[in-house]
Amino acid sequence: MRKILLPAIIIAAALLITVRLYYLQILDDSYNEASDNNAVKIKYEYPERGYIYDRNGELLVANQPSYDIMVTPNEMKDTDTLEICSLLSITKEEFIRKVEKAKVYSPRLPSIFLAQLNKKEFAAFQEKIRRFKGFDIVKRSLRDYQVNEAANVFGYIQQVNDYIIQKNPYYKSGDLIGRQGVEEMYEDVLRGVKGVKRIQRDRFGREIGPFKEGMYDTIAVKGKDITLTLDAELQKYGESLMFEKRGGIVALEPKTGEILALVTAPNYDPSILVGRKRSENYTKLSRDTIGVPLFDRGLLAEYPPGSPFKILTGLIGLQEEVIDENTTFICHHGFFYGRGAFMKCHDSGPSKLHNGIYNSCNTYFASTYKLTIDKYDKPKDGMDAWSNHLKSFGLGNFLGYDLPPGRRGLIPDGDYYNRYYPNGGWRSTTTISNAIGQGEIKMTPIQLANMMATVANEGYYYTPHIIKNIQDGEIDEKFTTKHETTINKEHFKPVIDGLYDVYNLGTAKSLRVEGIEICGKTGTAENYAKINGKRVKLQDHSVFVAFAPRHDPKIAIAVFIENGYWGARWAGPIASLMIEKYLKGEITRKDLETKMLTQGLKEEYDKVINGYYNNKQ
Amino acid sequence: MRNQSVINNVDWPLIFLYTALVLLGWMTIYSASLPTNPGSIFDLSEIYGKQMLFIMMCIPLISVILMLDAKIYEKYSLIFYILSLILLAGLFVAGKTIKGQTNWYAFGGFSIQPSEFAKIATSLILSKYLSDVQINLKTTNNQMVAFGILAMPVLLIMMQPDAGSAMIFLSLAFVLHREGLPSWYLWTGFFAILLFLLALLIKLQFLVVYIIAGIIIHYVLNRKNKRNIFIYVITLIAMIGFTFSVDYVFNNVLEEHQKDRINVLFDKNVNIQAEGYNLNQSMIAIGSGSWTGKGYLEGTQTKGKFVPEQHTDYIFTTVGEEWGFAGSMVVIVLFVTLLLRILYLAERQKSRFSRTYGYCVAALLFTHFFVNIAMLIKLFPTIGVPLPFFSYGGSSLFAFTTLLFIFIKLDANKVNEW
Repeated sequence: MRKILLPAIIIAAALLITVRLYYLQILDDSYNEASDNNAVKIKYEYPERGYIYDRNGELLVANQPSYDIMVTPNEMKDTDTLEICSLLSITKEEFIRKVEKAKVYSPRLPSIFLAQLNKKEFAAFQEKIRRFKGFDIVKRSLRDYQVNEAANVFGYIQQVNDYIIQKNPYYKSGDLIGRQGVEEMYEDVLRGVKGVKRIQRDRFGREIGPFKEGMYDTIAVKGKDITLTLDAELQKYGESLMFEKRGGIVALEPKTGEILALVTAPNYDPSILVGRKRSENYTKLSRDTIGVPLFDRGLLAEYPPGSPFKILTGLIGLQEEVIDENTTFICHHGFFYGRGAFMKCHDSGPSKLHNGIYNSCNTYFASTYKLTIDKYDKPKDGMDAWSNHLKSFGLGNFLGYDLPPGRRGLIPDGDYYNRYYPNGGWRSTTTISNAIGQGEIKMTPIQLANMMATVANEGYYYTPHIIKNIQDGEIDEKFTTKHETTINKEHFKPVIDGLYDVYNLGTAKSLRVEGIEICGKTGTAENYAKINGKRVKLQDHSVFVAFAPRHDPKIAIAVFIENGYWGARWAGPIASLMIEKYLKGEITRKDLETKMLTQGLKEEYDKVINGYYNNKQ
Repeated sequence: MRNQSVINNVDWPLIFLYTALVLLGWMTIYSASLPTNPGSIFDLSEIYGKQMLFIMMCIPLISVILMLDAKIYEKYSLIFYILSLILLAGLFVAGKTIKGQTNWYAFGGFSIQPSEFAKIATSLILSKYLSDVQINLKTTNNQMVAFGILAMPVLLIMMQPDAGSAMIFLSLAFVLHREGLPSWYLWTGFFAILLFLLALLIKLQFLVVYIIAGIIIHYVLNRKNKRNIFIYVITLIAMIGFTFSVDYVFNNVLEEHQKDRINVLFDKNVNIQAEGYNLNQSMIAIGSGSWTGKGYLEGTQTKGKFVPEQHTDYIFTTVGEEWGFAGSMVVIVLFVTLLLRILYLAERQKSRFSRTYGYCVAALLFTHFFVNIAMLIKLFPTIGVPLPFFSYGGSSLFAFTTLLFIFIKLDANKVNEW
């Protein structure tokens, strides 16, 4: 017993050490991380973000250098708080708050202390940085906008938030990321890849050379430039035409689906979201709940399309063979579709498809719609057939363009009404408002523009897109894939003829442009709002869709002006001016242009605020 | 068969183990002290260069130890002992104070730590005393003398104050136990340490309940032995009294840094930037080693010099970081083999002097080895003791070499004894 005590204790002690080492070295991973935090400092080198050009090669967005002051709380030592505060003109409370926030992110890693200083602001600080332990300067590039339009197309750059940092390990505190517009959609292309330098440190945080002779280091890769399909001049012109108006303009090139202009109003100058004032300005924009400048109406606003929808009603009637070019309906200033049910119309007398379109006769299209749905034994089947035709135009769903997804719009089908009327009993006449683009139907301006592009192409479209070219890259092949509609090509001709005469004989006679054959359609969309709990009918929206020239179309356009009275009053002139600008480069109708550039609907919009609707039913 | 050549009789496995540990130790020190532009490995301005010199100096030292007559160590053990006591006492006159401890003599660029050599001298005198056939450790008189031999250097070292080195001497209790000291001494010591730690860890009232329960269970299980119930009562009172004194001792007797070290072990209000820094960095270095380590000379913690005193008391952290679990196991196996080999040889000695001395060597080396590594991985409070043969330092290397090779010489000489 006495002989084996010490050997036994030695072996037991060795086993104890072994088990403990096994636990520390093998089972518990936390020490590996602690070791890296301890000894290896990671420095990032930020590449320049890719430039953005318009379709004609005009530079729209470039970069300017900016400087971020970073702080690593654990490395702060004998900090002269007062001096830092006065150099950077911040208060002591701000200083403490910023350091506390940095500690929350990580006491060991650098996080942003003060962001986006320009050269002048940071020069004084840089001279003294050696004295401020734990502070560091990182050079980044900020956007430098060459134009002051198209903010909604570009989107903006912001610092990553905690959510993104957790979700995507590429981003670290203080990194920049594109939000909204192409900056978000092409973030991976534009941003490039940041370079990483690992530096071995000693326990005082002094750098003692590259970690493992730099074998894990990478160099920064510059972001790629992109070319947009946007026509900067047209975009600029479109935004100026929206003077004191709310709404959207979407212009497409029908043959390719390229977006020529995407205007939303009100808009803002993209350069206000750059630099130290960024967050202040952003807050101002996001708090504007009346004009909602951050809301891209071209993509996000869902409106009842109104009369332009009659184009589709007509096309479906032809395809379903319930009407032909010569089918005639007689209008009595309206259309009786049931006992006591009457749809008013400004037209009267007999109409064929041709003058039905250019006079925008409600009776004609309501009758066509009724025949289409009633062709089938059950209203559900009729509604489904009708709905499928519409969906082949990309309606009622996301179009799939390369901008933030926007909205689906709404195209009802049989099931939709079965849900509303669970016991059945709905018929074509129950849903008759659909015929003229009211009722349940909702479309976004870009869907309207795409509809016109499809009509211009006589039955096909390409997914609208904003990207024309990526430096050393290819654009997504879905943008070069043709989408065919369910409407046969021959049915488009009579409809296009009708649209052409909208300008010659119909609702847009006053808007003819010398030398350009425009096909268009006016629209006046009823709309309602809840004010003080009451449903109030607001001023109608002004809608206009068009494409031109009639043969070999180069541009398809949809214009939507909120509360713009009727189609030809605001939306029509804007559409015709845009077309003229794009096709001819200059405007002949100076009076009309001046009116659009200097007059707006401010008074109309103010009615909602100043209580005009309060006493109305 | 008298006076056979020493070379034929030395225990080569021990010499091999010794050489392996010393050379591995030097490689580790080289890594831990590597400057950015390393020069020659003999560069005496660098730590690794000095250690290489110390290793070289061990060769003549070993030769002298092996050539001297084995009888000398027994014969002059009292002189060595008195000499070492004088050296320890002399520290209070001519010693050099580092970090509040007066435990070095400095001669120019060279310094020695007499407590290292006191370990050898105490081992020799203890073995000499126990080798007398008259001595029986069951008798109180003999126990008192043995304890007295231990107590004198321990007291002098405590006064430096160097509680860590003093504690090492307590491991010689294993030797006394092997030579006949009644077992209850060890058990008492063991329970005292256990109670001390438990009293710091759990609430006193619970501990008292556990003690009472333990004593009753012990009594019930050993009923047949008909022990005197009076002894049980005394033991119970003593244990409870001890338990209640722990708080007082902890708060009033222990120094601030000693309290810190115990608090760090138990994770009580530890600031890892201050008192917890060393242990935390040491665990990070060892813990980041994984299976095979980061590679020789590739340890980021070692390169960054995050672990303080890494070439001396914390040398094993470099082993853990750069060679990982596998490398740590190699070092541990080498140590355990060395210790067991010494004990095996000690049991084969013909003279009681040689056997006892072998036990002293094993007990001292084991305590250094265990305490040093255990304190790095949070198994034991931090006590500044070197890792034998590994840690940088001439004093400790020469002392451990002498300690070991006197035993090798005694072992080689056993054929000459009758």
